[in-house]
Amino acid sequence: MGTQSPLQFGIQTVTKLTITLILVSVLTFSLVSLSPISPINAYIGQSRLQISAEQQEMIIARWGLDRQPIERFFIWGGHVLQGDLGRSMIFDEAVSTVIAKRFLASLWLMAVAWTLSGILGFLLGVLAGIRQNSLFDRSIRIYAYTLASIPAFWMGLVLMVFFSVYLGWTPISGASPGGIAMADVTFWQRLHHLILPAATLSILGVAQITLHTREKMIDAMNSDYAVFAFAQGETRAGVAFHHALRNIALPAITLQFASLGELFGGSVLTEQVFAYPGLGQATVEAGLKGDVPLLLGITLFSAIFVFAGNTMADLLYGIFDPRIRLQGGTDQ
Amino acid sequence: MNTQEMNPAQPFFNLSARWQSGDKRQPACLSAGCIALFFLLLFAAGYFMNDTGLAVDFLNKKIAPSLHYPFGTDWLGRDMLVRTVKGLCRSLGIGLLAAFCSSIISIALGIMAATLGRKVDLVVSTLVNLVMATPHLVLLILISFACGGGATGVIIAVTVSHWPNLTRIIRAEILQLRESDFVLLSQRFGKTPVWIARHHMLPHVLPQFVIGLILMFPHAILHEAGLTFLGFGLAPHQPSIGILLAESMRHLSTGYWWLAILPGISLVFTVKLFDILGNNFRTILEPRTSQE
Repeated sequence: MGTQSPLQFGIQTVTKLTITLILVSVLTFSLVSLSPISPINAYIGQSRLQISAEQQEMIIARWGLDRQPIERFFIWGGHVLQGDLGRSMIFDEAVSTVIAKRFLASLWLMAVAWTLSGILGFLLGVLAGIRQNSLFDRSIRIYAYTLASIPAFWMGLVLMVFFSVYLGWTPISGASPGGIAMADVTFWQRLHHLILPAATLSILGVAQITLHTREKMIDAMNSDYAVFAFAQGETRAGVAFHHALRNIALPAITLQFASLGELFGGSVLTEQVFAYPGLGQATVEAGLKGDVPLLLGITLFSAIFVFAGNTMADLLYGIFDPRIRLQGGTDQ
Repeated sequence: MNTQEMNPAQPFFNLSARWQSGDKRQPACLSAGCIALFFLLLFAAGYFMNDTGLAVDFLNKKIAPSLHYPFGTDWLGRDMLVRTVKGLCRSLGIGLLAAFCSSIISIALGIMAATLGRKVDLVVSTLVNLVMATPHLVLLILISFACGGGATGVIIAVTVSHWPNLTRIIRAEILQLRESDFVLLSQRFGKTPVWIARHHMLPHVLPQFVIGLILMFPHAILHEAGLTFLGFGLAPHQPSIGILLAESMRHLSTGYWWLAILPGISLVFTVKLFDILGNNFRTILEPRTSQE
């Protein structure tokens, strides 16, 4: 169990990422190749009748669809290695441009929701865990368990019916008011459009982090160091804030980083509800309209996103937990 | 269950706990029974309900919830209660299929990983990590695209993607059991691996498996609803909760709130029931918590 140098950790992380990405690309590419949906038909769509057989042959040859899937995979992989993810059919732009643009919009949404759910969930969990089985604890538990079985997109619809339709406080859809160029949208307008989607997206995360923090808090309040502090005349609140808090903060932060995958999934559904032009909506469109290059690109990107979250979680453990310090002991 | 006799600490612990709050198994059995009955009734209702409610009826369109139409009617005059019940049955059916298939995959992979040596273990954990490497929803979209979309695509996607968690649990459980004192002792006594598996492993793994199976339902149902909501597998004549909610989106801004709220509440209610059912089974099957 020797300690690991940052360099070793870096090399290990890069190796892991490379292997993950290779496996994910193989899986994704096989799935996409299996699909009976023809990219040609998806591309031509309505104008099918205006296109002659020769023209169709030309598209097939140009896209390399006449070759074997394995050969296509290596061609695609070679381009990806050079940083070329291909061209999106539905947006008619480079896939990397589409992902970058869309992700920027999603990043706002995800960052707000992620921070909100982290802070709120942690607070609720701590307050519930200080006194196990108190009225407050029980109501928070019921609240969190109920939230955990509510689909995010339905919650979005409910919030929309109440706040946008009934009260008229928030806009119904989009990331900015219609008819205004993206550059002219003010910060407040963006924020105004962000409130409901971010609230929707944070709801799922709140439940998870609350329940987790509560468990840890109860453990901490029953631990030896807490008993010792009680014996010295410390109050419950004192033990909670001076002793327990720093012990339970780390698992909570780690969990929050490790849940980036769910955050991404949640953003797909939330963006669909509020017609928010982010990466999630692009994913759905790519899937529905058969935009294979974009679908491949987004999958790879989301894998990197999830991987980054997990690595951050490992890293934080190493930095903040003196007992671990990058022993590589965080693998399950 | 014979595990109680194995652990000397258990009976004492149980006794003192039982003194304080009584046996929790009976109420758990009772509520599990009630929930099962509810699902049976729901299925019966979905099966026997006649289809006249699904017919288009322009005279009675856009009616708010009333005594005659408890869930209101939609913009084509279809009875939302009938559509919701049928949709729930469909979601439950898909959840059942998903839990069944995924649990078989996970028990097979879990046992293989724990018993067939390091190489197999490595392959299985790579598989698990691979499936978990992308957000679940992205994977669902990919699989449903690979199956050519449509209702079939959604069913297959939900069915084959819910096994990683349970596989991990079963693998860890068996690995732990293999190192436990009573199994090692049993081996020294010359019992065959099959005997040990049957008498020492199964009683421990089975509860985990059943609980994992039931707790898979909520995930599967929510994923099915989410995927159909996004527009994958859209087949408007076969109502599913996700489709009902997706359709309602167009009418929410004009004030027809019941189109989204009531089917959604029924979905949440169903999912919650499965959650409670899973926790009840945990209470009943696990000796450690049954008297807590």
